[in-house]
Amino acid sequence: MKLARVRGTIVATIKHPAYEGRTILLCQPLTPDGRDKGDQVIAVDHVQAGEGDLVLILTEGNGVRQILGADAGPIRSVIVGIVDEVSAS
Amino acid sequence: MYLGRVIGTCVATVKYTGLEGYRLLVVEPVGEDGVVCGEPHVAVDATQAGPGELVFLVGSREAALACDPTFVPVDAAIVGIVDAVTVAAPGAHA
Repeated sequence: MKLARVRGTIVATIKHPAYEGRTILLCQPLTPDGRDKGDQVIAVDHVQAGEGDLVLILTEGNGVRQILGADAGPIRSVIVGIVDEVSAS
Repeated sequence: MYLGRVIGTCVATVKYTGLEGYRLLVVEPVGEDGVVCGEPHVAVDATQAGPGELVFLVGSREAALACDPTFVPVDAAIVGIVDAVTVAAPGAHA
């Protein structure tokens, strides 16, 4: 799973039905010591994460279908946790 | 899943049977600031996006799930047209 910081919210009126009613967040992946790592990613929120939160992003379809149901459709990334603390050497 | 900008269209008369009826658009991955951050590639359009529009896409196997039937050789699909990206001020972390 990816460690990332929530940068903001994606507002999209026209979207695939699978995204209806879901909060779509723009996130910046981070290294464990908090530096930006790679390009920004989008994920569907599942834990009421907010802007600036440090989160865990699951980026694998089967896992997403376990969380959102077998008919989750074209969703590949879901925020599965809000991180309180990371310690890595 | 990622942000992208539609930069063109792709027309393919001869293609795999499952791809008929889908517009193929050329997109470029971009960041929140609109700066290009990846290679241009072709994606199936599931939302009637137009040239220049900011969109969001899904990749890999899940991209094919944006199509009907879903068992098609697609690994990138436009699944939303972005109206706005509301972003925290740069450097403003909780």
